[in-house]
Amino acid sequence: MVNGAPVAAEVEDRLLLVHFLREAAGLTATNVGCDTTSCGACTVLLDGESVKSCTVLAAQADGRQVTTVEGLAGPDGELHPMQRAFRAEHGLQCGFCTPGMVMASVSLLRENPHPTEAEVRAGLEGNLCRCTGYHNIVRAVLAAAEEGLGSAPGESVR
Amino acid sequence: MSILGTRVVRTEDPRLLTQGGVYTDDLRIPELDGAARITFVHSPIAHARITGIDTGAALASPGVVAVLTAADMDDIPAGDGRPTAEPLLAADRVRYVGEAVAIVVTEQGYQGEDAAELVSVDYDPLPAVVDFDDALAGGTLLFDGTDSNVIRTGGEPAPPGAFDGCEVVVQRTFPNQRLAPLPLEGRAAAARWADGRLTLWASTQNAQLARDALAAAVGLDAAAVRVVAPDVGGGFGAKIATDRDTIIVAWAAKHLGRPVRWVETRNENLLGMVHGRAQRHTITIGGNRDGRILAYHLDIVQDAGAYPRGATFLPGLTQLMASGVYDLAYCGSAFRSVLTSTMPIGAYRGAGRPEATAAIERAVDLFAAEIGMDPAEIRRRNVVAPEAFPYTTPSGAVYDTGDYAAALEAVLDGAGYKELREEQARRRARGGPVQLGLGLATYVEITAGDGGGETARVVVDATGAVTVYTGSSPHGQGHQTAFAMLVTDQLGIPMDKITVIHGDTDQVPTGIGTFGSRSLQLGGTAVHQATIQVKDQAREVAAAMIEASETDLELDTATGIWQVRGDPDTALSWAEVAAQAGPAGLAADVEFRADSPTFPFGAHLAVVEVDTQTGKATLIRHVTVDDAGTVLNPVLAEGQRHGGIAQGAAQALLEEMRYDPEGNPLTSTLADYAAITATELPSFELLAMETPTSVNELGVKGIGEAGTIGATPAVHNAVIDAVAHLGVRHIDMPATPQRVWAAISEAKGSA
Repeated sequence: MVNGAPVAAEVEDRLLLVHFLREAAGLTATNVGCDTTSCGACTVLLDGESVKSCTVLAAQADGRQVTTVEGLAGPDGELHPMQRAFRAEHGLQCGFCTPGMVMASVSLLRENPHPTEAEVRAGLEGNLCRCTGYHNIVRAVLAAAEEGLGSAPGESVR
Repeated sequence: MSILGTRVVRTEDPRLLTQGGVYTDDLRIPELDGAARITFVHSPIAHARITGIDTGAALASPGVVAVLTAADMDDIPAGDGRPTAEPLLAADRVRYVGEAVAIVVTEQGYQGEDAAELVSVDYDPLPAVVDFDDALAGGTLLFDGTDSNVIRTGGEPAPPGAFDGCEVVVQRTFPNQRLAPLPLEGRAAAARWADGRLTLWASTQNAQLARDALAAAVGLDAAAVRVVAPDVGGGFGAKIATDRDTIIVAWAAKHLGRPVRWVETRNENLLGMVHGRAQRHTITIGGNRDGRILAYHLDIVQDAGAYPRGATFLPGLTQLMASGVYDLAYCGSAFRSVLTSTMPIGAYRGAGRPEATAAIERAVDLFAAEIGMDPAEIRRRNVVAPEAFPYTTPSGAVYDTGDYAAALEAVLDGAGYKELREEQARRRARGGPVQLGLGLATYVEITAGDGGGETARVVVDATGAVTVYTGSSPHGQGHQTAFAMLVTDQLGIPMDKITVIHGDTDQVPTGIGTFGSRSLQLGGTAVHQATIQVKDQAREVAAAMIEASETDLELDTATGIWQVRGDPDTALSWAEVAAQAGPAGLAADVEFRADSPTFPFGAHLAVVEVDTQTGKATLIRHVTVDDAGTVLNPVLAEGQRHGGIAQGAAQALLEEMRYDPEGNPLTSTLADYAAITATELPSFELLAMETPTSVNELGVKGIGEAGTIGATPAVHNAVIDAVAHLGVRHIDMPATPQRVWAAISEAKGSA
């Protein structure tokens, strides 16, 4: 299941989840930014927990729930609080790290709903951004925490 | 009230946040249906002759469409014949690890990686040259037909007597290390040859320049080439040039008659996208014990990498900005650009100017340490006075506007400099392991220094909607928001009815692009001027419709309504006016060319803690003034500063692209290259200051690179300041824990 909808395909053993999402599922928001599991651009939720989808085989996701940034907004298009916060705080520039950064941030707040700034920075250490200097990303995550994610649309995906 | 200067959140973002951008490798368009994948075969050796290439095994690999080498490229113009010419694909010699030797074209991506490993290239190794001094000595030459690895020189050594009369002269040599630009999206391209036209989709900062470069490279008229820049995931200067890899992709589409795609891996990106900086500086600074600096000379050795790319012009920018913010009786510089067996050097955020600033800001601190003066005080005593503008430097730059002392004082006040020095003194007195360091940099830089203009076309259609066509081409900066603000400010048409088109040479045939912090001051001014022309056209049309005098008409920019002043019965909407505008409609084309570049300036104060037991430096505060003239949208301007500061701090603390003596890259993945993360940075403290320029009517200068230029020397100086009391005078960048620890140990040993 990807973003609540079934996606079925016969895949090579070695196919990475990120390539499955981009090619088989046609969901291109999730990006590949490195080849060493360092940058986090490919971060998605697997059964509600963040994973780097470049380091998960597509076959390992068989029968599990995958959520990408395309599945985060509500069915009526209402932005998820994290998406809203990234926009309000200018937490993105070129946008390439953004889908992964947003998913990592969603996961971070699920684990720690009220993080300090240092905890946000530590939680996002595995996600590189080259544009923002992280300043506004950190502010966005703190703002989303302030707002509370409980009322978030799309959370039922879990 | 004008929207200009207000905090407007970006109109780009909802799409980027919900569906993701459409970067080159995301394109799912009919033109690319059935596109084959290209995988490059790179040299694993820094310097070698190619004695043979066997493609047989690769051709037999599953899914392989073709394996192409230089021998297949007989359908394009030959190179220019210079001895140091850089080939598209290496034919008989490779000069750096990562140089492209062949391409494998496959049905699917994974097949390409398999097949690329089966291309057998026979290499006859030659000695590599990595060290600057070896390269300068020329014992091994990279190119036959040359007698030196030095490709360009400029400037002069300090003349005899230049430092006469100085009570103190300090000289020191230090590197400004090689960096990887590292946009999160690496290079990517897709191409299609159909109906006699070659279309290239590419991650580029300038579609029009790419079109011309591609047309020349493959031997087509520019009219037969279309270049489209989809969303671009960062560039930082490294996507200005049209790389050979991109040209090869486009050529392959034409050669094979089949659409193709290519996206590089991060490993390929670190090896094959231009690197930045890579200079070695020797500074000589002289002055008196009262703190007056009299003379400064900068000698630059520029590592060119294996082929002459940016190294031909980057040291010239360093020379131009060598004197920084200081009023010096003598300032001179000289450079030599020298080839080495490494990735060629190109523009990276700041491109020659951060190097100039790093050199003189380090030199000023070395001089201050020598005479025992506070780094803030020495800057106070030597910066160009506010009444001296326009100020012509010894290198011939004409600084337009500035107040360097005010920027410095603002940062000192904002940070609480006096209190920080007191805290530093307390920690030193206590002698604990964690010491405090304060680092200053006062800087000036040049933006829109390329001398080119920028285009804009503004059209109001019969629905009252606006389309802006700009030659400027964003890769994260927020052009759509910024340019729409300029239009709505003048026309009163809401932002959501304004579309900004860029990066497609069929829609915007003329333009330059986004680099050198040029977009708002050139592209924005062009949009502004075209918008005013459209408004003047509308006034004429509306006056005729109402049968009133143009001088009696007013446009309410809150509502976008034209009417005779004080007479609502005459009200006309933009749609009504545009519908009556005749066959040409309401449309204006402008190419704006500024009379001169602009010179943003500022001051940075970095506060670091250094654990003297481990050598680990942690940036805990960073306070800046970055004055780029009038601010259009503080949200965007601050974002540029944030990103710039992070990249600047990264150079001071962490990042370095390294090669071993045989030319093997040591930092070729993100597991090795120390890209800065959120944990290594604090939130930044930005102070506002706006000194408008008179070079354009918006009063704006460039903000894209300023943060990087100021941050590197501020953070670098702070680390050294933290351990200065232990006897440390200098530490090379990046000031890694190992280097800081070694400097402390060495100082203890010599004490």
